Parts: sequence; C-alpha cells; structure tokens
Amino acid sequence: MDTKALENKAREHRIEIIQMIYDAQSGHPGGSLSAIDILTALYGYKMKFNPKKPDWEDRDRFVYSKGHACPALYTVLADHGYFSREEFKKFRKLGGMLQGHADRKWTPGVEFSAGSLGQGLGFAIGIALAGRLDKKDYKVYCMLGDGECEEGAVWESAMAAPNFRLKNLIAILDYNKVQQTGKVKDIMNLEPIEDKWKSFGWRTIVIDGHSMKEIVSALDAAVKDGPTIIIANTKKGKGVSFMELNEKFHGKAPNAEEYKKAMEELNA
Amino acid sequence: MPEIATRDGYGTGLLKVGKNPNIVALDADLSDSTKSQEFGKAYPERFFNVGIAEQDMISISAGLAASGKIVFASSFSIFSERAFEHFRNTVARPKLNVKLCGSHAGFKTGEDGSSAQCIEDFAVYRSLPNVAVISPADAVETEKAVEFLASYKGPSYMRTTRAKVPVIFDSNYKFELGRGVVLKKGKDAVVFATGPLVHEALKAAEELDKDGIKIYVVNIHTIKPIDESLVIKLARETKAVISAEDHNVIGGLGSAIAEVLSKNSPTQMEMVGVKDTFGESGTPEELYEKYGLTSKHIINAVKSAIRRKSK
Repeated sequence: MDTKALENKAREHRIEIIQMIYDAQSGHPGGSLSAIDILTALYGYKMKFNPKKPDWEDRDRFVYSKGHACPALYTVLADHGYFSREEFKKFRKLGGMLQGHADRKWTPGVEFSAGSLGQGLGFAIGIALAGRLDKKDYKVYCMLGDGECEEGAVWESAMAAPNFRLKNLIAILDYNKVQQTGKVKDIMNLEPIEDKWKSFGWRTIVIDGHSMKEIVSALDAAVKDGPTIIIANTKKGKGVSFMELNEKFHGKAPNAEEYKKAMEELNA
Repeated sequence: MPEIATRDGYGTGLLKVGKNPNIVALDADLSDSTKSQEFGKAYPERFFNVGIAEQDMISISAGLAASGKIVFASSFSIFSERAFEHFRNTVARPKLNVKLCGSHAGFKTGEDGSSAQCIEDFAVYRSLPNVAVISPADAVETEKAVEFLASYKGPSYMRTTRAKVPVIFDSNYKFELGRGVVLKKGKDAVVFATGPLVHEALKAAEELDKDGIKIYVVNIHTIKPIDESLVIKLARETKAVISAEDHNVIGGLGSAIAEVLSKNSPTQMEMVGVKDTFGESGTPEELYEKYGLTSKHIINAVKSAIRRKSK
C-alpha cells in the first residue's frame, strides 16, 4: 500500500475502533487511536506474514505490549484476513475470540498474551534470540506504551537487547503523552526519553507517529541495524477531538452522544 | 548413602538433555549456584545470562518458547517469585513451554537466612492453572525429572535445594509426573513427604519399626497434579495421615493432601512443616531441629495421628 492508501485505511480503522468499543461499551479508545497509524503501516506496508498460516515460521512478529489498546490490532488483523469483522461485535463478550486484552491463546495473528505492562519487550527479545539461533531472517517489532515505560521491567529488557546485540529487534514507543489518570509528564516524567534509550545502547529514530510518510521511512530505516527504537510522538485519542490528550478516554467507551460526534468527525 | 544436593541433579540433568539443540537455558546470574552453568559451558550459544533481572528472564523465556524452543530457566526459588506475575501472565496463561527451576528453597538453605529461605513456592505456583509443580527428593530424581521435563509440553516449576541430601534412588529410577512413590509399606499410618523430608521420613520409619509401628513412606515428588488416588487409598487404609515438607504448612503439600481428603475421604491429619513463620541463619540441621522438620518431629506426628484415630 502507498502512503495515501495507508492513510485511508487508518481512517477506516479509527471508525471500526470507535464502533467496536461503543458496541462493547467497554475498552480503551485513547491508546488504540494513537497507535493505529503505525499498526496500519506495519501490516499494510512493512511486515511479511501469512494470515492463512498464522504460525508460519519465517513471518515477521509483532509483539503488542500495550495490549489494552487491542481494538487497533483487531481492526488491522481482520483487515488482513486473520478473522472476520463479524468478531468485532463480540469484542469483550463471553465466548468471543477478541479478548479485553490481546491474547495469543484466543485470537489468530496475536503473538503475545498481553494485559500486564512491561513484559512485551522481553518476550520480543526471546523471539529475536530464537530467530538468531535458528538462522531466520525475520524481524521482531514490539510496541510499547509511554506509561508502560514506568515499569522497571521495561528497563531490564532495554538493557538486555543491546547486550545481546539483537539486530532483528525494532521497538516502537507510542508516545501519546497521556496515561490512565493524567499526563505522563505530570505523573512520572520520562524525559529525556530519547537519551534514556540511547544511553542503554539503542539506535533511536524520532518521528511524528501520525505522519504516514515518517512512519514508513522510519520502518525502512529501522531494519538496517539494531536494536532500534522508533520513538513515535503521537496523541492519545488522535482523530476524535474530544478524546485527544484526554485521560478520560484511556479506558472508557463513548456514550451515544459521544459516539455520534466521533463518527461525524471521522466521516463515517 | 552418598549425599548430593538436588541442585546438582538439575545441573547434570540439564547437561544431559542439552544434546537436544532445541533446548535453551537462562539464568539471572546465579548459574554457579543453580548449577545451570554446566549447560552454559557446554552450550554457550544456547545459554543466556540475563543479569540480575528475573522478570526479564521470564519474559525472554516466554518469547523463546513461543518460537518453538524448550526453555529451562533458573534462579533461586525466592527470586523467581519476584517474576511471579510475569510467569503467571506471560508463561502460564498462554501455556508456554518454560520449565522454571527455583533453587535454594526451604530451610535447607541454612546460613543465608530468611530472605532466601523460600517457604511459599508450592503455594504460589500450584495456584496457577496449567503449571506442574515438582519437588524432587534427591539428585537422581531431580536429574530424571529434568529429562522428563525436556519432553513434557507445558509450563512447570521445580524446586531444588542448596544443601546436600542423601541419595535415595538408583540410576534405573523412572520419573512419572503425578505419581507418588511408595518407598516403604506399612499399615498404622502414612507419611506423604516431599523434597529433603523424604529422607527424614525414611529415618522416622526405621525408628518406629523398632517400636512395632509400621508406616507407609510415600515420596510425593509432584505437588501438582497431586496423586489423588494414592492419597485417598492410603488414607482409607491407615486412617492416619501425616504430611512432611520443608515449606509453610499453609498452601503446600499438606494443604494439597487436605484438599483431596476433605472432598473424598475426610481424615485427621498431622502436618510437619514450617509453622507459618520466617526462618533465620543457622545450619540446615540446626534449623530443622528448631523449626520441627526432623525425623523426630515426624515420629511425634505419627504417634499423635495414631492416638487421634483410636479416640
């Protein structure tokens, strides 16, 4: 897909995300909307995978460590044919395959059973080490949240990846500036975040995480040498004005009025 | 009887199964203590020292397992618990093939003191769905358990100890998950023991023999799944049940047996174990004496159980 097509696709996904969370009356819209442009590009432009063979050994892996924002991942996986969009209606419902937090046991295409922050990057390191042992050339992408970086375990993994000289590992920070109860900088400031990762031995690329052009070129640049982290400056709730940078929509579904307004803004 | 620590059995077992190129091992910089270092020396490309970072060790283990590797990860049992929630969510929940080994468990840890004397690992790990919990009695059984685990699919937790314990089994011993091993037959009472307490129970049985008291000694090497049918059968036969473990009496082997019996065949029990208290520094022998974990304490428990059933 070219940049224009990716942008269009991401807009469609935003509509699906709002619909899914509205139907469930539960879920995490803010972090889904901040991550969706990058996820659209990963699956639509960069990664190699086969929805008919989700366990294909040579596939690139995407470890979604911020698994609360799973609606974004579900819209992308459905779009590529891992399962039907009909499943969206059963999101967070008993018996449905789309769990409240992304889970490899339940959903085809999901690599990592998430829900507890600070564990995805280590998991991605494990996959990257296995790839090296097996002489595979697959790449491992891992998306972290910014609030997630307050977990100490993230920094254990941040220390380990350069020590293991992992060239097949690309982390992506969805730096959307807001966590559950407020602004990241007020709760536990991460700055200078690029310096932190650099000092741990990572190559860093800083981009606007809502510019498809910048996302695509960062993904191209990232796979040359690693470990690399793409620090994507994003906006929590991006695309729906009243959700943007608003912690209230970290983990809350829109009501009927908010839903209507959001859909209007997204040209649904 | 020669004496070898069960952690040494882990080391030799891991080295043996290491021939399989699909096996990897991880440690959080305690490999000379946990004994995974022998594997590390033989197969450096498949051994990962993650530094003093147990949480990362578990997450990395999960990623390796999700990529088809058979993963052995070790640390002190107490420090494995630091990564308990990682193990719960990232290993146990998706049922990944990670075999966790916690060494230096129980009061057998001795001089290191209470911070390392893990007395709650059975309780916490057996509360996790999908996880097998193993507690070998000697170095041979540990080695055989490692060989078994190499071909077993799914997560497990195995505990080993620091101090040497007498070797009970010979090299023909076969490890069967979930099957208790009757080491001595009796009629008056049954002692279900695990880990270093198996040896104490055998000593107790010898002493009791002299008084004409015949007891069963059963080695429960698998805390979960517990051998329900054997527990029920011998409880019905003897009507006097004693559990013996180097673990808190809350949540461990005694509790697992009580859960089985209360549902199927309610039987009065005596529990030999750590009486809900933290330990202190001392030799393992001193600690076993002070905290009630010796053959003498098992003898008292047997006599008490027999008295209670005649009432």
